[in-house]
Formats: sequence, C-alpha cells, structure tokens
Amino acid sequence: MTEMVYGTVAARPGEPVLPRWWRTVDRWSLSAILLLFGIGILLGLAASPPLAAKNGFEPFYYVKKQAVFGGAALLVMFVTSMMSPKLVRRLGVLGFFIAFAGLALLPVFGTDFGKGAVRWFSLGFGSVQPSEFLKPGFIVLGAWLMAASMEINGPPGKLYSLVLALIIVAFLAMQPDFGQAVLVLFGWGVMYFVAGAPLILLIGLAGAAVFAGTVAYQNSEHFARRIDGFLSPEVDPTTQIGYATNAIQEGGFFGVGVGEGTVKWSLPDAHTDFIIAVAAEEYGLVLVLFIIALYAVVTVRSLFRLMKERDPFIRLAGTGIACLFGLQAVINMGVAVRLLPAKGMTLPFVSNGGSSLVAGGIAIGMLLAFTRSRPQGEMSDILRRSWR
Amino acid sequence: MTRTPLRPLARVLEARAKGENPDAIERENIRLRHERMRDRMRVRAESRLLMMAVMFVMLFAVVGARMGVLASTEPSEPRASAGGESIVAQRADIVDRNGRLLATNLVTNALYAQPPMMIEPARAARELAKIFPDLDEEELVEDFTGKRKFLWIKRKISPEQQQMVHDIGEPGLLFGPREMRLYPNGRLAAHVLGGAGFGREGVHSAEVIGVAGVEKAFDDYLRDPANGGAPLELSLDLTVQATARRVLEGGMKIMDAKGATAILMDARTGELVSLVSLPDFDPNDRPVPLTEGDPSDSPLFNRAVQGVYELGSTFKVFTAAQALEMGVAAPGTMVDTQGPLRWGKFRIRDFHDYGSEMSLTDVIVKSSNIGTARLAQQIGGDRQRVFLERLGLTEPTPVELVEAPGIAPLLPARWSELSTMTISYGHGLSASPLHLAAAYASVVNGGCKVAPTLVRRAPEPGCAERVISEKTSRTIRGMLREVVTRGTASFAEVEGYAVGGKTGTADKPRPRGGYYEDRVIATFAGLFPAHDPDYVLIVTLDEPTVSALGEAQRTAGWTAVPVASELIRRVAPLLDMRPEIEPGPAFGVKLTGN
Repeated sequence: MTEMVYGTVAARPGEPVLPRWWRTVDRWSLSAILLLFGIGILLGLAASPPLAAKNGFEPFYYVKKQAVFGGAALLVMFVTSMMSPKLVRRLGVLGFFIAFAGLALLPVFGTDFGKGAVRWFSLGFGSVQPSEFLKPGFIVLGAWLMAASMEINGPPGKLYSLVLALIIVAFLAMQPDFGQAVLVLFGWGVMYFVAGAPLILLIGLAGAAVFAGTVAYQNSEHFARRIDGFLSPEVDPTTQIGYATNAIQEGGFFGVGVGEGTVKWSLPDAHTDFIIAVAAEEYGLVLVLFIIALYAVVTVRSLFRLMKERDPFIRLAGTGIACLFGLQAVINMGVAVRLLPAKGMTLPFVSNGGSSLVAGGIAIGMLLAFTRSRPQGEMSDILRRSWR
Repeated sequence: MTRTPLRPLARVLEARAKGENPDAIERENIRLRHERMRDRMRVRAESRLLMMAVMFVMLFAVVGARMGVLASTEPSEPRASAGGESIVAQRADIVDRNGRLLATNLVTNALYAQPPMMIEPARAARELAKIFPDLDEEELVEDFTGKRKFLWIKRKISPEQQQMVHDIGEPGLLFGPREMRLYPNGRLAAHVLGGAGFGREGVHSAEVIGVAGVEKAFDDYLRDPANGGAPLELSLDLTVQATARRVLEGGMKIMDAKGATAILMDARTGELVSLVSLPDFDPNDRPVPLTEGDPSDSPLFNRAVQGVYELGSTFKVFTAAQALEMGVAAPGTMVDTQGPLRWGKFRIRDFHDYGSEMSLTDVIVKSSNIGTARLAQQIGGDRQRVFLERLGLTEPTPVELVEAPGIAPLLPARWSELSTMTISYGHGLSASPLHLAAAYASVVNGGCKVAPTLVRRAPEPGCAERVISEKTSRTIRGMLREVVTRGTASFAEVEGYAVGGKTGTADKPRPRGGYYEDRVIATFAGLFPAHDPDYVLIVTLDEPTVSALGEAQRTAGWTAVPVASELIRRVAPLLDMRPEIEPGPAFGVKLTGN
C-alpha cells in the first residue's frame, strides 16, 4: 500500500562500502602487507640510525620518515583497494601517462643525487622516482590493451603493449636503470604468458636466451669473468655482498639479539637494499623465513585468487602486479644470499623509502582491488565440471 | 575493408526475410561466442597462473633454503680481520757470491689519513707540511676537509718521521706497516738488481714486487714462500763490483765519455763477477723513466745488456778464429792487405797503411780491416753467420735480467758479401757488450761455449758445446797476448797478469743514417792471464776523447785500454790471483815450479 502511494523505497545499490570491502578483500594478503610494513619499521629502528648519524639527523629521523610515508602509503592502499576495477583502470591509465611524462622529462629536470643515474625529481622535502609510479600504471595499461585484444574484432593490443614496454625500457636504460627495465619487461612477459602466449614461442625464447648466454660466456671475456666471479665460492668480505653474507652467517637461526648487530655500521645500503641482512643478523633465520613467507602469501594467494577471475583485464593486471611484487622481493633477497649478481633493488614495504613506499601502496592497493572476490559464474564452472 | 561473415547466417537471413533488424541477432551471437572464448581462456590462464604460483613458491623456497644454509654455516672469517686479504710481503734477500747482502727488507710504515676522524685538519696539514717539505699544505687542507674518506700521504716513512707524526697527535693520521726493499750498497750493481716497488697495497700490508733487473726476473722465486727465505745467490763479487765501478767512473771522467760499461766474466762458467754500467742510479730511489728523448740517455739504461753497438775490431778475433779452425789460414799465412780494398762503390781502408801483405797474426796485432775482410771473403757469408750464431751473437743473451730477452743483436737485412766483409771487422752487426763478453769467453777458454749468467754456478766438467778446437783457442790466445805486447793494446800490459785482448773503435752511427766523424764507441775485450784465462773483461766507453801527443785521441788503444788495464791491476788481486812475475835475467835464478 505504502509502495503504491509513495513508490518503492529507493533500492540501495549494494551494501555499505566498508563492510562490503571487508567481506570481499583478501584479508590474508592485507594482513601480510601490514605485517611487512611493521617489520620494516622495526628493522628501520635498527638499520637507519647509523645513516642518520652520518647525515647529521637525530637517530630515528629515517624511522619517522618511514612512518609518515608508510602511513600515507597505507592510506593510499586502502583507498585504492576500495575502488572498482574499472575505476582502478581509468585512474591507472591516467596515472601511467602522468608518470610517463615525468619519466620523459627526467633528462631535463631530474637530478642524480650524485649517484650517476638521473632517476629522481627533487621536490625539496623529498624526491620522487617516476619509474616507481610508472610500473603499476604500465601494468594496468598493458593489461587493458591485452584484454582488448581478446575481444572479438578487438585491436592488436598485445603488439601495442609490447611496443609500449620497449619504449619504457629504452627510457629506463637511458637513465640508466636496468633493474627497473628488467622489472617492466618481466611484467609484460608475465601478462603475455597468462594472456596465452604460444608455448612454442616461450620454449624458443628460453632456448635462445640459453644459447645467447652460452655464446656470450664463451666469447666475451668480460661477461665470463663476471659470471665466474659470481659463481666462485670465495666472497671478498669487504664488498657489500661479503658483509651481507657475513651478517647472515653471524645471525644464525635466532640472531645476535636486538640492536646487537654490526652490519648496519659497515653497509651503506643497510636500510634499503640490504635490510634483509640486518634482519638476518639481529633476529636470525626465524624472522627472515617469516618475511619470505609473508611475501609468498601475498604473491601466491593473489595468483590463486586470480585463477578464478573471469575478466581478462583484472586477471592480467592482477597477475602483473603480484608477480612484480614477488619478483622484486626475490631479487632483493637473492642478491643478499648471493643467488643473484648485485643489483640495487629495494625490498617492497620493508626497505626504507619515501615516494617509492607510496608507489608501492598504490600498486598493492590495485592488487587488493583486483583480487577482491566477485561473482564469477562459479555455478557454470561447477555445471561444466559435472558435465564432463 | 575486410568483410566479416554474418553469423549465424541462417538466423540472419531469416530475420532479413522477415524485415527484422539482424544486428540484435549478431550481437547476441558475438556475446555468446565471447562468453565461450572467455571460459576457454580462463581455463588456460588457470593452468598458467598455477605454473606462476608454483614458480614463485619455488623461488621463495630457494631463497629461504639458501638463507638457511648460510645461517647454519659458521662465518668464514672473523669480523676483526675483514679489513682485507693478507698480502704476503716476505721477499727473499739477494746476496753476492760471498754471501754479502745486496738486497734485503726493512720494516717501515706507510702514512695515510682518514679525514672523517680528524679533529684539526688544518693544524694536521700544517704540521705534516713541516715534517715532509715536499708536501703542499694547501693541497693537504683541501684533501682533509673535502669529501675524501681515505688517502695515502707517504708510502715509506722513517722511524723519526713516524715519531714526529705521532707527536702531532691527530687521530685521523694512521700508519700501515710496510716492508720495503733496501739496497744497502746504493748505486753498486744498480742495473743488475733493478729495483722493487709496491704491488697490491692494503692498509695492513703491501706486496713488494720487482720492477727491473734480477728483482723482476726472479720475482716469483724471491716471493715463493716454499724457498723458506733462502737468499738468492748472485755470481757478483761485491768488492770487485765496487772496485770496477770506481775505476770505470774515474776512467769515464778522464776520457770525457758520456757512458761506460765494464763486464768481468768468469771465462769458464760464464758467471758475471762484475757488471757495471754508467751512468747509474740508486735502486732505493729509482728515477722515473724518460718519457721523451733517447731512452739510452737515462741512467736506467743498462749499457752492458741493453746497449747494442757496432763493436768494431774486437770482432776480428772471430774471423781469425774461424779462418784458423777451417784451415783457411795458419798464424803465419800471409794475407793480402794492399789497400784500399774496393767493393763496388765501397772502399775498405786501414787506419794505417800496412803494406801489401802481412801474416795472419799481424793482421790481428795491427788490426787490419783489409786483411780481415779478405779472410772473410774466403770463409764465405753463410759459414760466417753459422759461426757467429754458435757464438751466440745473433740472438738475445740468456742472462737472468728481465731486460735481456728483448735485446737481440741487429743483423744486416741481407747477409751479402759486403756485409760479410764488414762484419768480419765488426761493422754492420750490432751486439751488446755482454754478447761480446760471452763470445770472447767461448773463444779463449779452450773453445767451450759459455752462457752468461748472474747466478752463482758450479763449473761444469767437460765441454758441453764446443765452438772451436782447443788448438785454435790456444793460437788465438797467443795472438791476443801479442796485441798487448806489441800491438794496439800496449797500454793494457799489467805486470804479472799476462793480459791479452783486442781493441775495437767504431764510429757511432747518426740517428738519421751515416756515421759521426768524431764520436766513437771504444771497446777493449781482454782476458787474463792469457795463457790460461780465468776472466774475460770487456770495457766499452761511449764517446771518449783524451788529448795525447798533441791531438784528441779517440781510439780504444788510447781510451778503453788504459781504463781496462787499471781495472785489471786493481781487481786481479781481489780475485785471489797472484802476479806471476818472471824474474829478470839478472837474478840468474831459474824458477822450478812454485
């Protein structure tokens, strides 16, 4: 009756945002990220005072900075993770173009902070590295292009995305920043793989890589020496790797104790690239394995959740971000344990950093947005299975 | 434009027939196909994502396992010694044939600075500049206050200097222990020893490596810990070396020569008892090599080994020896010396006109170019070359100096008959004085080839490689003795030591071709005692002049020979040789053995 008089009650489009978010978000990954951030603060307390002392700041300057930027990063992450995939895509593509403009303008306005590579914009209170923001943007745009190519009568998006990736790689190589270039290429490769790259092509590429490596090893003395030096079991204890290895060995299973470590005094990058060595020395293998487990949880859980995803864009973009996140962690820790040749790469969310933390927050926020559970036509899957 | 087929055709056609819009049907069809395709792709992506997940699990597991392995191993090195790998600085001593020290090590300190630890950089710089006058105070201040975290100030400092630096009391000035090479005899044997410098350098130690001479040639041996610090024993005799150097330096000054070298070699074993090259240098403080100009003007240049010269008439002995050995001539055979000897457009002359012919002995004694050239013509170029090869005059000497292997004699490009004739009296083939010493020793010691060496070596019984017969060698020795008693080297006579030898004076070649008129290389190649030579001596003077008989004399008989005779007079007693003085006839006593 009431309805006949007043019309129907305006139907609510859905549940309130926050409860729905909490119900659908991947809470395991979220917890892992928060834990990683906490561990980062904890390790920063140990690792950064020597640097602060050297640069003339109060001891916990870098920890406070980490907390401020980390807080901002977490905020950004929460907000992003509440967005719908479509909004993420739009903002991501927009963000990509802004970041790309920033990257292209680096040679003009950028600074190198005396490190020999022009990668940063100096903003007075801090610095911004456009390539950090470019990565999630590129993943979103690339995934969109690839997803579009899967439409019937769609554009050749895979080719477009490859060209885009190569352009970015060229810009990054100019800086030079080969680490980020490798990550961008890897991100594209992962998306291409999941988007259905022909297996023969993949096998061929792998074969070509092995062949090229062998040829280079046999013909280029420089290359061979680097590889041999990396493979040789002796570590010069005065190199960064040497200190890191020594720190891990000193730490043993349970560490030398909080604040008792010494590696942070000898390693200039103890608070960023080699923070895992600080963790290993002071807290031992236990904490290191816990950190590894946290990264594994985020990466692997995201991949598993994406397996159910029906939307190709979400699947591809989520895969790209999750894999980049995992790979960055693997490379950072692989360097510290001498599985990989030295390459400056931070440990996401744990390493001390400014704008890169915010960029990481954006990326993880996107990942969480993509991996939220959505109706995925599970019934049809079940039916299809039973038909077989 | 590409035409996309209408699908599903049957229904589209049916709709068209009914006048309906077929687009809706087509869209519906595309949606369904899309749905199916998505499902297919998701199934494929599912397996690929699973592969990725497994890959990441494996990667993380590998990193974790590696962490576990590392954590469970002991640290390879204690932290305290992480400063750098230890550098072995032990270097064996070098001694002469009697065990006297030629080179040893001395513990010293290197001075370095760590500016971040400095309290008063300006004062430290001022005090340092006071202690070391060669340091510049302003530069030091700049270094100490700049961005540098570490810098070397001095490689070697004395204990007194170290104490003075201590007294500055600056914690940023630090010392690194060093072993430095010390040559207690200074310039003596500088060219033989060469010198040593620092190789890899760390704060706690530095490697001492040889940079020249025997120090470099025996670098591996001297640094080999397996030798247990046993010294390297050279064939040099320190006292003889000191005397030879003193005499040669005096002679060089008197004869106004710009360089000189003396080689004293054991005629049987080839051991170099003394090797002097002037000008020389102090191996404790090696001068830097010349960057421009003629390297042979540098004091680092070892004239005895590195200098290749046309050694002039000293080569005539080889021609005579070969002629005797081949039976071309006997000592008494008359040789045509009618001059000048024309060959094509060239003329060969003698210093004096010796008449139309003279005996082979006189050809050597008077040093006739024409006579030697005639003999060489009879010997022939090929055989001459083979003979000189056997004497070692065509390839680098095997002496244990790092400089030696690169110094090969300069041979004529084509061994023509004219070359044969000029080489017979020492022109057209340039060799080092050391080559000459070894060849002379081989010819006069009874005909056994010797190889020059700087390492003490026991005499070998028998004759490893015969160059000429015992008889020829004896004849040559007689001729060389006659050169001194009645020939060009009359100043070489040292009573009681029966010196024999041959002079050689060669015009110096101009760098741009042709020869100088007034610059010569004067050489005396001698042996003593002539009847059974123990030693061969080569004295070479570079551009000597001495005024005698009212004019400037440059020939070896006036320049190199007097120096050589003084050298023998002073050195022979040091070599434990007794003068054998024949009692004059007035005594009327006949010596019957000693």
